[in-house]
Amino acid sequence: MADPMRVRATENGGVVDVKILMKHDMETGQRKDASGKAIPAWFINTVTAKANGKDVFKGELGPAVSKDPFLNFKYKGAKGDKISITWTDNKGEKRTDEANAT
Amino acid sequence: MDHKRRDVLKYSVIFGLMASAGLITTAQAQEWNKAAFEGKSLDDVFKVLGAGKPETSSAITMIAPDIAENGAVVPIGMNTTLKAQQIAILVDKNPSALAAQFFIPAGSEPFVTTRIKMGQTSNVYALVKADNKWNVAVKEVKVTLGGCGG
Repeated sequence: MADPMRVRATENGGVVDVKILMKHDMETGQRKDASGKAIPAWFINTVTAKANGKDVFKGELGPAVSKDPFLNFKYKGAKGDKISITWTDNKGEKRTDEANAT
Repeated sequence: MDHKRRDVLKYSVIFGLMASAGLITTAQAQEWNKAAFEGKSLDDVFKVLGAGKPETSSAITMIAPDIAENGAVVPIGMNTTLKAQQIAILVDKNPSALAAQFFIPAGSEPFVTTRIKMGQTSNVYALVKADNKWNVAVKEVKVTLGGCGG
Protein backbone atom coordinates (compact mmCIF):
# COMPACT_ATOMS: atom_id res chain seq x y z
CA MET A 1 0.00 0.00 0.00
CA ALA A 2 1.24 3.39 -0.92
CA ASP A 3 2.15 5.96 1.69
CA PRO A 4 -0.61 8.26 2.93
CA MET A 5 -0.99 11.70 1.42
CA ARG A 6 -1.32 14.90 3.36
CA VAL A 7 -4.54 16.80 2.81
CA ARG A 8 -5.25 20.19 4.33
CA ALA A 9 -8.47 22.06 3.70
CA THR A 10 -9.22 25.49 5.12
CA GLU A 11 -12.42 27.46 4.64
CA ASN A 12 -12.32 31.22 4.19
CA GLY A 13 -15.26 33.34 3.01
CA GLY A 14 -17.22 30.42 1.57
CA VAL A 15 -14.27 29.08 -0.39
CA VAL A 16 -12.39 26.00 0.71
CA ASP A 17 -8.71 25.94 -0.15
CA VAL A 18 -7.45 22.36 -0.50
CA LYS A 19 -3.76 21.49 -0.50
CA ILE A 20 -2.67 17.94 -1.24
CA LEU A 21 0.77 16.40 -0.99
CA MET A 22 0.95 12.91 -2.44
CA LYS A 23 3.79 10.53 -1.82
CA HIS A 24 4.99 9.07 -5.11
CA ASP A 25 8.27 8.73 -7.00
CA MET A 26 6.81 9.95 -10.32
CA GLU A 27 9.37 8.08 -12.40
CA THR A 28 9.41 9.60 -15.90
CA GLY A 29 10.67 6.67 -17.95
CA GLN A 30 13.43 8.96 -19.24
CA ARG A 31 16.02 8.04 -16.63
CA LYS A 32 18.52 5.19 -16.82
CA ASP A 33 19.87 3.11 -13.95
CA ALA A 34 23.56 2.47 -13.24
CA SER A 35 23.74 -0.32 -15.84
CA GLY A 36 22.26 1.93 -18.53
CA LYS A 37 18.85 0.28 -18.58
CA ALA A 38 15.86 2.62 -18.82
CA ILE A 39 13.83 2.83 -15.61
CA PRO A 40 10.18 2.28 -16.60
CA ALA A 41 7.75 5.15 -16.10
CA TRP A 42 5.72 4.96 -12.92
CA PHE A 43 3.59 7.94 -12.00
CA ILE A 44 0.22 9.03 -10.64
CA ASN A 45 -2.00 9.71 -13.63
CA THR A 46 -5.39 10.58 -12.18
CA VAL A 47 -6.48 12.45 -9.07
CA THR A 48 -10.09 13.04 -8.10
CA ALA A 49 -11.38 15.11 -5.24
CA LYS A 50 -14.84 14.89 -3.72
CA ALA A 51 -16.45 17.09 -1.09
CA ASN A 52 -19.38 15.43 0.68
CA GLY A 53 -19.49 12.91 -2.16
CA LYS A 54 -19.64 15.48 -4.97
CA ASP A 55 -16.81 15.88 -7.50
CA VAL A 56 -15.04 19.19 -6.98
CA PHE A 57 -11.80 18.67 -8.88
CA LYS A 58 -10.22 16.23 -11.27
CA GLY A 59 -6.66 16.14 -12.48
CA GLU A 60 -4.76 14.10 -15.04
CA LEU A 61 -1.05 14.12 -14.38
CA GLY A 62 1.81 13.22 -16.66
CA PRO A 63 5.29 12.05 -15.71
CA ALA A 64 6.43 15.68 -15.89
CA VAL A 65 4.80 16.40 -12.54
CA SER A 66 7.41 16.54 -9.75
CA LYS A 67 8.17 13.74 -7.36
CA ASP A 68 5.75 13.76 -4.41
CA PRO A 69 3.13 15.76 -6.33
CA PHE A 70 1.60 18.83 -4.80
CA LEU A 71 -1.82 20.15 -5.78
CA ASN A 72 -3.75 23.16 -4.64
CA PHE A 73 -7.30 23.96 -5.70
CA LYS A 74 -10.32 25.84 -4.38
CA TYR A 75 -14.03 25.20 -4.39
CA LYS A 76 -17.11 26.84 -2.90
CA GLY A 77 -17.86 25.01 0.32
CA ALA A 78 -18.16 25.23 4.08
CA LYS A 79 -16.41 24.27 7.28
CA GLY A 80 -16.82 20.61 8.13
CA ASP A 81 -17.03 19.44 4.51
CA LYS A 82 -15.76 15.92 4.19
CA ILE A 83 -13.10 15.90 1.51
CA SER A 84 -11.92 12.69 -0.04
CA ILE A 85 -8.98 12.52 -2.44
CA THR A 86 -8.16 9.47 -4.57
CA TRP A 87 -5.21 8.94 -6.87
CA THR A 88 -4.42 6.12 -9.28
CA ASP A 89 -1.05 5.48 -10.86
CA ASN A 90 -0.16 3.92 -14.22
CA LYS A 91 0.39 0.53 -12.58
CA GLY A 92 -3.14 0.58 -11.20
CA GLU A 93 -2.22 1.29 -7.60
CA LYS A 94 -4.68 3.43 -5.66
CA ARG A 95 -4.82 5.47 -2.52
CA THR A 96 -7.66 7.42 -0.90
CA ASP A 97 -7.34 9.82 2.01
CA GLU A 98 -9.87 12.01 3.75
CA ALA A 99 -9.86 15.31 5.58
CA ASN A 100 -12.40 17.73 6.99
CA ALA A 101 -12.48 21.40 6.01
CA THR A 102 -11.60 23.69 8.92
CA MET B 1 3.90 -33.32 -30.92
CA ASP B 2 6.10 -31.25 -33.13
CA HIS B 3 3.06 -29.52 -34.54
CA LYS B 4 1.89 -28.44 -31.10
CA ARG B 5 5.26 -27.02 -30.24
CA ARG B 6 5.15 -24.87 -33.33
CA ASP B 7 1.74 -23.54 -32.35
CA VAL B 8 2.97 -22.57 -28.94
CA LEU B 9 5.97 -20.91 -30.49
CA LYS B 10 3.78 -19.02 -32.94
CA TYR B 11 1.46 -17.68 -30.23
CA SER B 12 4.26 -16.59 -27.97
CA VAL B 13 5.76 -14.65 -30.88
CA ILE B 14 2.42 -12.96 -31.58
CA PHE B 15 1.88 -12.01 -27.95
CA GLY B 16 5.42 -10.78 -27.71
CA LEU B 17 4.87 -8.52 -30.71
CA MET B 18 1.59 -7.21 -29.33
CA ALA B 19 3.17 -6.41 -26.00
CA SER B 20 6.09 -4.62 -27.61
CA ALA B 21 3.75 -2.68 -29.88
CA GLY B 22 1.90 -1.48 -26.79
CA LEU B 23 -1.36 -3.24 -27.66
CA ILE B 24 -1.40 -5.03 -24.34
CA THR B 25 -0.52 -2.86 -21.40
CA THR B 26 -0.77 -3.79 -17.78
CA ALA B 27 -3.10 -1.78 -15.61
CA GLN B 28 -4.28 0.71 -18.19
CA ALA B 29 -5.92 3.72 -16.59
CA GLN B 30 -9.40 4.34 -17.90
CA GLU B 31 -9.80 8.07 -17.81
CA TRP B 32 -6.32 9.22 -18.64
CA ASN B 33 -5.89 10.98 -21.98
CA LYS B 34 -2.95 8.93 -23.21
CA ALA B 35 -2.77 10.53 -26.66
CA ALA B 36 -2.54 14.02 -25.18
CA PHE B 37 0.23 13.08 -22.79
CA GLU B 38 2.18 11.38 -25.58
CA GLY B 39 2.06 14.46 -27.80
CA LYS B 40 5.62 15.67 -28.25
CA SER B 41 5.04 19.25 -29.33
CA LEU B 42 2.59 21.95 -28.31
CA ASP B 43 0.72 21.58 -31.60
CA ASP B 44 0.35 17.80 -31.05
CA VAL B 45 -1.29 18.41 -27.68
CA PHE B 46 -3.46 21.28 -28.94
CA LYS B 47 -4.70 18.97 -31.69
CA VAL B 48 -5.53 16.06 -29.35
CA LEU B 49 -7.34 18.35 -26.90
CA GLY B 50 -9.18 20.01 -29.78
CA ALA B 51 -7.79 23.40 -28.89
CA GLY B 52 -6.77 24.35 -32.44
CA LYS B 53 -5.10 27.73 -32.27
CA PRO B 54 -5.93 29.11 -28.82
CA GLU B 55 -6.18 32.85 -28.35
CA THR B 56 -3.75 34.61 -26.10
CA SER B 57 -5.71 35.97 -23.18
CA SER B 58 -4.78 38.53 -20.56
CA ALA B 59 -7.53 37.15 -18.32
CA ILE B 60 -5.23 34.28 -17.35
CA THR B 61 -2.64 34.99 -14.69
CA MET B 62 0.26 32.60 -14.49
CA ILE B 63 1.96 32.00 -11.20
CA ALA B 64 5.47 30.87 -12.06
CA PRO B 65 9.00 31.90 -11.15
CA ASP B 66 11.19 33.85 -13.61
CA ILE B 67 14.12 31.65 -12.72
CA ALA B 68 13.86 28.12 -11.36
CA GLU B 69 17.04 26.95 -9.70
CA ASN B 70 15.97 23.33 -9.64
CA GLY B 71 14.18 22.07 -12.74
CA ALA B 72 12.93 19.00 -10.84
CA VAL B 73 10.57 21.13 -8.77
CA VAL B 74 9.12 24.18 -10.50
CA PRO B 75 6.01 25.64 -8.86
CA ILE B 76 3.47 26.50 -11.57
CA GLY B 77 0.01 27.82 -11.00
CA MET B 78 -2.68 29.78 -12.70
CA ASN B 79 -5.66 31.87 -11.91
CA THR B 80 -8.23 33.31 -14.27
CA THR B 81 -11.33 35.43 -14.39
CA LEU B 82 -12.66 33.20 -17.18
CA LYS B 83 -15.16 30.48 -16.33
CA ALA B 84 -12.63 27.70 -16.80
CA GLN B 85 -13.87 24.14 -17.30
CA GLN B 86 -10.51 22.67 -18.17
CA ILE B 87 -6.95 23.80 -17.54
CA ALA B 88 -3.82 22.31 -19.08
CA ILE B 89 -0.20 23.09 -18.26
CA LEU B 90 2.29 22.61 -21.08
CA VAL B 91 6.05 22.95 -21.26
CA ASP B 92 7.36 23.64 -24.75
CA LYS B 93 10.76 21.96 -24.47
CA ASN B 94 9.94 18.94 -22.32
CA PRO B 95 10.06 15.51 -24.01
CA SER B 96 6.26 15.48 -23.88
CA ALA B 97 4.69 18.92 -23.86
CA LEU B 98 1.68 18.25 -21.60
CA ALA B 99 2.56 18.21 -17.89
CA ALA B 100 -0.91 17.97 -16.41
CA GLN B 101 -4.51 18.88 -17.06
CA PHE B 102 -7.31 19.64 -14.67
CA PHE B 103 -11.08 19.61 -14.86
CA ILE B 104 -12.97 22.22 -12.91
CA PRO B 105 -16.64 21.42 -12.27
CA ALA B 106 -19.13 24.23 -11.64
CA GLY B 107 -18.76 25.50 -8.07
CA SER B 108 -15.00 25.17 -8.03
CA GLU B 109 -12.66 28.11 -8.53
CA PRO B 110 -10.68 28.42 -11.79
CA PHE B 111 -7.44 28.13 -9.90
CA VAL B 112 -4.76 25.49 -9.57
CA THR B 113 -1.15 25.21 -8.52
CA THR B 114 1.20 22.26 -8.73
CA ARG B 115 4.88 21.49 -9.13
CA ILE B 116 6.41 20.20 -12.34
CA LYS B 117 9.70 19.08 -13.83
CA MET B 118 11.41 21.05 -16.56
CA GLY B 119 14.35 19.73 -18.56
CA GLN B 120 15.60 23.15 -19.61
CA THR B 121 14.64 26.80 -19.93
CA SER B 122 11.34 26.92 -21.78
CA ASN B 123 8.07 28.67 -22.31
CA VAL B 124 5.34 27.38 -20.03
CA TYR B 125 1.74 27.57 -21.28
CA ALA B 126 -1.48 27.66 -19.33
CA LEU B 127 -4.26 26.53 -21.62
CA VAL B 128 -7.77 27.29 -20.42
CA LYS B 129 -11.07 26.10 -21.86
CA ALA B 130 -13.90 28.44 -20.94
CA ASP B 131 -17.32 28.61 -22.62
CA ASN B 132 -16.00 26.04 -25.13
CA LYS B 133 -13.29 28.44 -26.26
CA TRP B 134 -9.60 27.89 -25.71
CA ASN B 135 -7.38 30.61 -24.32
CA VAL B 136 -3.72 30.55 -23.51
CA ALA B 137 -1.12 32.45 -21.48
CA VAL B 138 2.63 32.07 -21.76
CA LYS B 139 5.54 32.67 -19.44
CA GLU B 140 9.20 31.86 -19.90
CA VAL B 141 10.83 30.08 -16.98
CA LYS B 142 14.62 29.95 -16.92
CA VAL B 143 16.02 26.72 -15.52
CA THR B 144 19.54 26.64 -14.17
CA LEU B 145 19.56 22.92 -13.32
CA GLY B 146 17.55 20.45 -15.43
CA GLY B 147 14.96 18.13 -13.92
CA CYS B 148 15.21 15.21 -16.33
CA GLY B 149 17.82 12.49 -16.14
CA GLY B 150 20.68 12.55 -13.64
